[in-house]
Amino acid sequence: MADVIASPGVKVGEHGHPINYLTATEDGFLKNVWSWMTTVDHKRIGVMYLASVMAAFGLGGFFALLVRLYLLTPGHELMKGFMDSEAYNRAFTMHGAVMVFLFIIPSVPAALGNFVLPLMLGAKDVAFPRLNLASYYLYVTGALMAVVVLVQGAVDTGWTFYTPYSTTTSGPVTWMTMAAFVLGFSSIFTGINFIATVHKLRAPGMGWFDMPLFVWGIYATAIIQVLATPVLGITLVLLAIERSFQIGIFDSRIGGDPVLFQHFFWFYSHPAVYIMILPGMAIISEIIPTFSRKVIFGYRSIAFSSLAIALISFIVWGHHMFVSGQSQLATVVFSFITFLVAIPSGIKVFNWVATMWRGNISLETPMLYAISFLLLFTIGGLTGIFLGALATDVHLTDTYFVVAHFHYVMMGGTVIAFIGGLHYWWPKMTGRMYNEKLGAIACALIFIGFNVTFMSQFFLGSLGMPRRYANYLQQFQPLHAFSTFGSWILAAGFLLTLGYLWASLRSGARAPANPWGGTTLEWRTQSPPITHNFEDQPIVTEGPYDYRPGKVSA
Amino acid sequence: MSEHTTHAHADDADHSGVPEHHGPKNPARTFTITLLCLLALTFVTVGAAKINFGAGNTVIALGIATVKASLVALIFMHLRWDKPVNGILAMSGFLFLGIMLLFCLLDFDTRKDPEPQNLPVKIAAPAIPTQGGTAAPATPAPGGAAPEHH
Amino acid sequence: MSTTTVDLHGHPVDGEEHPHNPHHQHHFKTMQQQNDAVKIGMWLFLATEVLLFGGLFVGFAMMQNRYPDAFFQAHHHLDKNLGFLNTVVLLVSSFTMVMAVYFSSKGVKEKGKVVAMLLLTILCACIFLGVKYFEYEHKIHEGLLPGKFYSHHGDTVPNQFVFFSFYFMMTGLHGFHILVGIGLLLWITIRANRGEFSGAYNTPVDLVGLYWHLVDLIWIYLFPLLYLIQ
Repeated sequence: MADVIASPGVKVGEHGHPINYLTATEDGFLKNVWSWMTTVDHKRIGVMYLASVMAAFGLGGFFALLVRLYLLTPGHELMKGFMDSEAYNRAFTMHGAVMVFLFIIPSVPAALGNFVLPLMLGAKDVAFPRLNLASYYLYVTGALMAVVVLVQGAVDTGWTFYTPYSTTTSGPVTWMTMAAFVLGFSSIFTGINFIATVHKLRAPGMGWFDMPLFVWGIYATAIIQVLATPVLGITLVLLAIERSFQIGIFDSRIGGDPVLFQHFFWFYSHPAVYIMILPGMAIISEIIPTFSRKVIFGYRSIAFSSLAIALISFIVWGHHMFVSGQSQLATVVFSFITFLVAIPSGIKVFNWVATMWRGNISLETPMLYAISFLLLFTIGGLTGIFLGALATDVHLTDTYFVVAHFHYVMMGGTVIAFIGGLHYWWPKMTGRMYNEKLGAIACALIFIGFNVTFMSQFFLGSLGMPRRYANYLQQFQPLHAFSTFGSWILAAGFLLTLGYLWASLRSGARAPANPWGGTTLEWRTQSPPITHNFEDQPIVTEGPYDYRPGKVSA
Repeated sequence: MSEHTTHAHADDADHSGVPEHHGPKNPARTFTITLLCLLALTFVTVGAAKINFGAGNTVIALGIATVKASLVALIFMHLRWDKPVNGILAMSGFLFLGIMLLFCLLDFDTRKDPEPQNLPVKIAAPAIPTQGGTAAPATPAPGGAAPEHH
Repeated sequence: MSTTTVDLHGHPVDGEEHPHNPHHQHHFKTMQQQNDAVKIGMWLFLATEVLLFGGLFVGFAMMQNRYPDAFFQAHHHLDKNLGFLNTVVLLVSSFTMVMAVYFSSKGVKEKGKVVAMLLLTILCACIFLGVKYFEYEHKIHEGLLPGKFYSHHGDTVPNQFVFFSFYFMMTGLHGFHILVGIGLLLWITIRANRGEFSGAYNTPVDLVGLYWHLVDLIWIYLFPLLYLIQ
């Protein structure tokens, strides 16, 4: 019979103010700032990452709105004098690069994972706290380098930097690639930290199959971060050297092979998209059992699926290159393996739905986002299969169909899951409750806005609208306009979310230790946690999702 | 709620705070013999390079290199006496590198395109004075000189 | 879940005394756990290095696949004897390194041997870099340079500049790692001389050793691929 710790009260200092990792500060503003800048507390680092990635999302989102505004009408009419097609190319490139490298890859692992992972494991911190801080500073450095690129007029190569354009065009391409290089090392350090933490810092009694599934997801992500990112590093270095010294690897005029660049680039960038989705799935695996008040269905299947996705993701990258000029045999092999990678994702979706079946479902904001995820990720994943089939890909590749597909998985998937996770752990991180009503309204705005923006793009793509084109035929305008209106609804939803979250910091209700009745270890300590996380070292005797009656103290 | 003191001795076998050191029983001897093996294999590599095995050349050279690398990893880097997880991490780096190489070769070796024709030696380069005194002759690529960029 | 009585540092308070190792970080329960974690972290980092260099190896392999004759011709400009010498030098340095790690775990009384072995390792590293300097100087003299700087005359087979692009990138990156390694070795030599290492704590020596062996390992593959192509 497992003992349950009664919900711990909030530690209070002599002056009556609560003591937690946020308030454990120095006297004096400057000393306070310095203590944050030199912190090795994973929770503080997570919070700093959170603020940073949200700022990055705002910047990337600004470029997205610009792109959609430009596409409201064909030609230059709307934006004449303000933006031309050259500027359009830079806008979509910076949208992609900022969103991929500055927002989505660090978002869940570095912002939420840093905060939650040690708590879930019953640990005091990650394995290498100083490496964690180094990882954050590398992120900041990369971000500043990206700002330098913006100031220098941005790049227009697309976030994929395909050669020979990227090796020959003028503009701060080398700066941009070096910014991505630095950000890559930030990602690698996070991955190293998390793997070592999961191996060595689990609470006594927590075996591998007693860990929450969020940990499995972050662990699988970390494997990809460690193994794939170095190849991006060397790819970017080779690109920069090719630009400067014409070494003859990617430039066909001097005997190189541009398709080789694509092999190098996508060897990282395909696993990278699983760096993006696995943590999102990991969040869903936490939210659904909690808000269905039911043990997760198929714990081991989900755990092994996370690993399977991570491993298989390394052998499908050629599906980005079906029409690039790689050999027919390679194309067929990559297409076949691509179908395989969908299987573990499908297993997860089935298991989540089965968890909800006959559960005691409550529809707080995190759950609204989780259900949205199920719908939107399924659409995104399925359309990925359409693209993985060679006969259809020939027609759909480089059209808006692809754009819609990856926005459904990255935004409808990861961003939705990220926001859901943010709401789920918001009480734990900040000690405040947000406004549920506004949360539901914002979720609705985001869900509706998202579908209006991107469902229309599936149709645009299958009707033949190419991606990355600043201009288009008149017949495509209704769908483009529809999509642009959707982007405004989306923006409203995000702004509303930002607004009520910010307001909750000032005037939200104080959060109890376990507002949702969760069973994982992070809910065993006060909200927000003390600097050392737990008063006493938790010892685990049960699995992570034990919702049997009488088991959980809410 | 039962309160009892529980030690979870997941990892340390001793209580003295001194971590365990695993390794060979006679380190000086083991490491010296390993070095001699590595040196011998280096001679073999150079010798084998003088003989033409045809398609097997690369395989043999890399095979010997792999044996040497294994000796370094297992003995000098202590993987033989370490926990298995470290060995798995070591191998995973090479495994995924192998995957990258394999699939790239799969592409390159099965293309049926015609080989590029009439490639220039190099694109036009700025005349860089070398120590030998003669500047590099500019061989213009079709389409003109390469643009300056950074 | 049951609780155990621990103090704020997570040490169980049941009367048992642990002599406190000053290098013990408090989010780890024991030094053993800390050392295991640090080892895992180091091997993960080494795996990233394998993949970083590996990218260059793959690029080399693909370009050799495309221009086998050019690569074959080009590699004749490399001095096999110097490459062989450098290989021997690095292997010996790996030996002296692992001996240094071994002695560092034997206690402060052996610090003289540790310092000696580390200095020998540094010496080998400097010899390696010295040989590479001569090799580079020769290449520069002949105009055998990467990419657009290639100015060698009299090539019967075109595109040899690609080989030298990779030669300089791969040996350059490797040489850079040797330089960093020399810096790390100097750092732990100073610490060893101060008597900081013993059986209770020799992690820095261990980790620098692992790094150094990796640098050796990369050269073990570089030497046949660059110098001994057929």
